[in-house]
Amino acid sequence: MSSTVTTAAVERTNYLNVDYSLKSWLLTTDHKRIAILYMLSITAMFFIGGAAATLIRLELLTPAGDLMSSDTYNKMFSIHGIVMVFFFLIPSIPATLGNFLVPMMIGAKDLAFPKINLASWYMYITGAGLMLYVIATGGVDTGWTFYPPFSSTYSNTHVIAAIIAIFIAGFSSIFTGFNFIVTIHRMRAPGMTWSRLPLFIWGHYATSVIMVLGTPVVAIALSLIALERAFHLGIFDPRMGGDPVLFQHLFWFYSHPAVYIMILPSMAVVSEVVSTFSRKRVFGYYAVALASVMIAVIGFLVWAHHMFVAGISPYAALVFSLLSYFVAVPSAIKVFNWTATMFKGSITLSTPMLYSMGFIGLFTMGGMTGLFVASLGVDVHVHDTYFIIAHFHYIMVGGAVMGYLSGIHFWWPKMTGRMYPEVWGKIAAGTIFLGFNLTFFPQFVLGYLGMPRRYHAYPEEFQVLNVMSTAGASILAVGYVLPLIYLMWSLRYGKVAEDNPYRATGLEWRTPSPPPTENFAETPIVTWDAYDYSSLPEED
Amino acid sequence: MGESLPLWPARASSMAAQTDALVLFLVAVTGFFTLVIFILIFSFAMKYRKEKHPVAADILGSNVLEVTWSIIPFGIFMMMFVWGAIVYMQEVRPPANAMEIFVVGKQWMWKFQHQEGQREINQLHVPLGRDVMLTMISQDVIHDVFIPAFRVKRDVLPGRYTTLWFRAIKPGRYHLFCSQYCGTMHSGMIGEVVVMEPAAYQAWLAGGNAEGSLASTGQKLFQQLGCATCHRFDTQGRGPNLVGVYGKPVLLDDGRTVTADDNYIRESVLTPGAKVVAGFKPIMPSFNGTVNEEQLLSLVAYVKSISQPEQRQPASNRPAVPAPAPATPKGR
Repeated sequence: MSSTVTTAAVERTNYLNVDYSLKSWLLTTDHKRIAILYMLSITAMFFIGGAAATLIRLELLTPAGDLMSSDTYNKMFSIHGIVMVFFFLIPSIPATLGNFLVPMMIGAKDLAFPKINLASWYMYITGAGLMLYVIATGGVDTGWTFYPPFSSTYSNTHVIAAIIAIFIAGFSSIFTGFNFIVTIHRMRAPGMTWSRLPLFIWGHYATSVIMVLGTPVVAIALSLIALERAFHLGIFDPRMGGDPVLFQHLFWFYSHPAVYIMILPSMAVVSEVVSTFSRKRVFGYYAVALASVMIAVIGFLVWAHHMFVAGISPYAALVFSLLSYFVAVPSAIKVFNWTATMFKGSITLSTPMLYSMGFIGLFTMGGMTGLFVASLGVDVHVHDTYFIIAHFHYIMVGGAVMGYLSGIHFWWPKMTGRMYPEVWGKIAAGTIFLGFNLTFFPQFVLGYLGMPRRYHAYPEEFQVLNVMSTAGASILAVGYVLPLIYLMWSLRYGKVAEDNPYRATGLEWRTPSPPPTENFAETPIVTWDAYDYSSLPEED
Repeated sequence: MGESLPLWPARASSMAAQTDALVLFLVAVTGFFTLVIFILIFSFAMKYRKEKHPVAADILGSNVLEVTWSIIPFGIFMMMFVWGAIVYMQEVRPPANAMEIFVVGKQWMWKFQHQEGQREINQLHVPLGRDVMLTMISQDVIHDVFIPAFRVKRDVLPGRYTTLWFRAIKPGRYHLFCSQYCGTMHSGMIGEVVVMEPAAYQAWLAGGNAEGSLASTGQKLFQQLGCATCHRFDTQGRGPNLVGVYGKPVLLDDGRTVTADDNYIRESVLTPGAKVVAGFKPIMPSFNGTVNEEQLLSLVAYVKSISQPEQRQPASNRPAVPAPAPATPKGR
């Protein structure tokens, strides 16, 4: 790589050095700066959720509940779930990478509603701040699922405050979602047709639709819990003619699609990364784009597969099992297309590529075990056991977090103007992959043996597998701290990044690193398809 | 380590082998495809490295391949769906003549009531080789009966009976877990299922300190609460005659028809005005707060007993091993 271009890059005015004041950050309407604000906030939440996970794994080293009380343990897994789902995974890629890249990839100067974008971040930190207050003043012990009548009547913790925190954060999600939808519809550069959109944009479009349509439902469901707690409405209380199972329908109507809010953006990252480091167009562009939309649509019709043993009609269960298998098809299509993209490519195994390959592997395993739990006969046995825990961590951590880290490394030079350290990046990717599998693979076995989830103490025969899992978690923890350290290090000592260090094709790579506030000196005119490597000027 | 690292749960019910066969099928199929994907990704990453393969081929895609790898997985998924559905439909439909045991869950214990009157806490004795149906209800939050060795699980809801059935095929003691998070001592809400040879089970039933059968307890309650004054065994009562109604369709005053099952009886005691039988006035007072879940179950057992072929014969005098007489068709 040449270093002649790079020195000039530092001196150019960009979105970072244009103004250093705190006010210029807190009142910014620049989507790139808001992305950075989001990144800092969700990273903090990730390590808070991670701390709770650490305590959970330490407690489970021994069969007896000896490290903390049962109530504390119950609060730990509730905090872990709430923080990781609502305050890390859901905003993770859309609010950081999506915020930064959606306008840049389509050749726009900003999102359609820059002030609403800033408002979205303020909603997020208000919600997150309230959640931290809840944690600091005693926590909440309902699990992230808030099932009544436990949450509405029996819990003695800060249920209402936690619900308000999630409710407020939900608005940040809705704001982001509709901002993306409008931006993608209205602000594409000349020549950037729908069939030329990078797959990152298709993934975020599908995600945004879920955010806008799904979030209000969970907001209403949780509000009803809060109202029931405060005013004894009786909607979910069987003693007053209510039905606690109704809540589960409302909750999962959002919270199952929410899984796709977490995974679709990761898939979007992987499509970019695999293509770039294979120097080859994504195999079956239309199939991958359509698969994202199919996942978003069918994903709304599978919620009751969380309720096969909850007392729903067996005939309803049959329908939901069938639909759950339908949604597996587009996911399989994506995996096959990424694999085919690597076929006859010219592959560089850089850090982002390793993370993306890790994503494909772990997502495949998560998806395959999803076929187990979609099967009614199997789900009856493994529901609410560690099998489920393992399955969804393969999707949400093995999948979503690997995709997030892949994207963070991939666009790090664009966002910061510095390269991440390649060797350390590869070490971390390997550590996370190994630590992850050692943590969660034993949990499949534990679950099939019958260890229920959310157990503070457990029978002795489950100990060996739990010790393996905790050992894996300690490796995983190291794997997550490494990027935190070396990425911060790179801000000062990293190699200065070129405008297009990987010779990728997206519009974001055809402007300086870091980009100027207005993104492009002049509005780009697009004359090429996505991932058309022949569209790049000859170099080297 | 040997015994300290079990890798497969005991197979102690008639359902277990079926669930395991399905799971092994899934392991084989998904394991194969996962391996294929891993091998492909790994070998492509090696074979087409930039150093060895500097110029990427210009391939856009292939509709034939897209259709192929959509249809083949779809076909396999449908096999998984159908097989899973077959197993599930057996799991959710109790055999008609299953022996019934009542379960009441509360924070944080399990209470079991046998028809013969025995009550036990956190321990459930069942005979080997007989179909057993648990009719379950919660006094507070949602719980869940999960017996891993039997591969069965069902949520236990407040306000509504759910059922679960199994046929134990191996004597022994097996874990019974609450697997729906229910608060502080959730992980302490565990018990054990004791599977006994039928003779030993009969001896255990006889050795208990039961105060008469559940139906007879229900009968006493039926008198004490004054139910009998209106629900008379003739057509003169102000309420419907309950003899023979259990499991039968009931015409309501609004024209609907419901089946007189456990949930309907329970609802009619607690919320009598909800579904009034055609031809009667909604004059019955609610017993909400007067009777607890265990008493409700004994009332259900009583109403059920007066619909059995050997009706009005005190249930405690019934032969211990139920007669092979054709059972009244149940519920649905």
